[in-house]
Amino acid sequence: MTQFVLRRVLQGLFSILGASLIIFVITRLSGDPVVLMLPPEAPEALVQQMRERLGLHLPVWQQYLVFLGDALTGDFGTSYRWDMPVRDLIFERLPATIYLASAALAFSLVLSIPFGVISAVRRGSWFDRFAKTVAMLGQAMPNFWVGLLLILVFSIHLEWMPAFGADTPAHVIMPAIALGWYPVAAQTRIVRSAMLDVLESDYIRMGRSVGVPEGVLVWKYAFRNAAVPLVTMMGVYFASMLGGAFVVEVVFAWPGLGRTVVEALFARDFPVVQAGVLFAAIMFVIANLLVDLSYGLIDPRIRHDR
Amino acid sequence: MTAETTRLPDHGIGAQLRSLFGDGFPWISAGILVGVILLAMVGPMVSPWQPGALDLRSAFQPPVWAGGAWSHPLGTDNLGRDIFSRIIAGTRVSVIVAFWAILLSGAIGTIIGMIAGYFGGWADTIIMRLVDMQLSIPPLALALILAAVLDPGLQAVVIVITVTYWSWYARIVRGEVLSLREREYVALARIAGCGPLTIFARHLAPNIVNTLLVLATLQVGQVIIFEASLSFLGLGIQSPDISWGVMLADARGYITNAWWAITMPGVAIMLTCLASNLFGDWLRDVLDPKRKQL
Repeated sequence: MTQFVLRRVLQGLFSILGASLIIFVITRLSGDPVVLMLPPEAPEALVQQMRERLGLHLPVWQQYLVFLGDALTGDFGTSYRWDMPVRDLIFERLPATIYLASAALAFSLVLSIPFGVISAVRRGSWFDRFAKTVAMLGQAMPNFWVGLLLILVFSIHLEWMPAFGADTPAHVIMPAIALGWYPVAAQTRIVRSAMLDVLESDYIRMGRSVGVPEGVLVWKYAFRNAAVPLVTMMGVYFASMLGGAFVVEVVFAWPGLGRTVVEALFARDFPVVQAGVLFAAIMFVIANLLVDLSYGLIDPRIRHDR
Repeated sequence: MTAETTRLPDHGIGAQLRSLFGDGFPWISAGILVGVILLAMVGPMVSPWQPGALDLRSAFQPPVWAGGAWSHPLGTDNLGRDIFSRIIAGTRVSVIVAFWAILLSGAIGTIIGMIAGYFGGWADTIIMRLVDMQLSIPPLALALILAAVLDPGLQAVVIVITVTYWSWYARIVRGEVLSLREREYVALARIAGCGPLTIFARHLAPNIVNTLLVLATLQVGQVIIFEASLSFLGLGIQSPDISWGVMLADARGYITNAWWAITMPGVAIMLTCLASNLFGDWLRDVLDPKRKQL
């Protein structure tokens, strides 16, 4: 088990290293990264100073080591737009993104678990078709458009919901729905097919024959086993919501990492973009890592010490 | 006793077509997709108005069923531009982006995946590590940082999507080739002196075409949403060029005045994605049934 954890953590570190390499290469693709990192009106002295700090006179591989060293020591430079260290800015915005992604995940589970379980129990019923339709719609609608429609209906016409910001708990509802609808289709499908398998198994038939109530059978015994593939998929989507809530955050003016990166992009505040993307990658990797490590907890048959 | 003739199953083209277009063929989805492609090709000829033509006197006209006039069936935007004509114009961008992005990412991913799967060894190690690295960055984050160094526009969108999706194809093609290369006919071809190129083209490619077709179809919807997201953020297609994402970005500014301006382009995206997802699902069931989970 320890060996498995160690190996997975090492793999995760390697992925983050790789992500940093890709980000480094892309920023150097454009030629002179100083042009990206400083506002156009920056004085010549500052440009020179930046050149030296980034070590642009060094060979490229040494430049990467400088970049990596800075990142490891938490030195991501200074944001010109927000006038504060990039690290502080990111840690200030990160919690809002984690909060939003968690709410979105909760929404997707609230929909997909009953959808999947009931669809499997009542296969071919009108509910099965209804759940499939709702789920497929989520995959066919861009999440920011769902957000705009929610604003249109619930904020502008009905005036039930706040459209922008993050001041009250109610503020998270619409962005969470917009962000959380996409994974519903895949999660419903996986719960449904896992449940169909489990419901056919001997121990469920056995349980039924000795008179265990159907509700207990379905939710307590069958669903628990059907949950393993759901956890994997859920983790993957949670990871992508952590690192991909850019558009939804912009639509709802959500004060998270995603909107910050987009704003920084337009302000040509490149250190923030670079660090924001690196953080998105780091959270992406960590979320995937946690999913892998959690299998053993849900299903004790899966041991990692093989 | 009369000799019974055993009837072999009919394998002619006619029978294949009949089974293909028989029960379960997604007629509506296929119709929508064909319609979208046709509109993209003949768009300017059937478009009732110039998509960029301003007419401030008829700004904010609602769609015809909500009190508007037939002259602007889906209404007009804040500058009096005909939304129906603009959606037709946006179709073209979506189809062009989807075509090139899928072709490029599919081709690059397939070639790299074949090399990794067939040669194995260090080539495989390096390529798969690269794929892992790439997959550790969320797609839209990667797109944002790329968009920061590229000049925005159609080309940038195609490049961004290609860079994001090649690894998808590479991974799946590698897996397929890994199992194919152990088959006897591939080994025999190698013994018979066929070079790697011949083996790729004659023995491997035909066996992964179905998988590739399914992947490509299922990617259409994702590409269209990706383009719309980038353009909505202002990093993709730039106004005054027209795409569905650009229309949504514009309409966001007057969302309180014209619900139709924010609804119609989204409906176009939704119908196209729904059609390509349903068609892709069907195609997968027919061509590649082992990949149910995809």
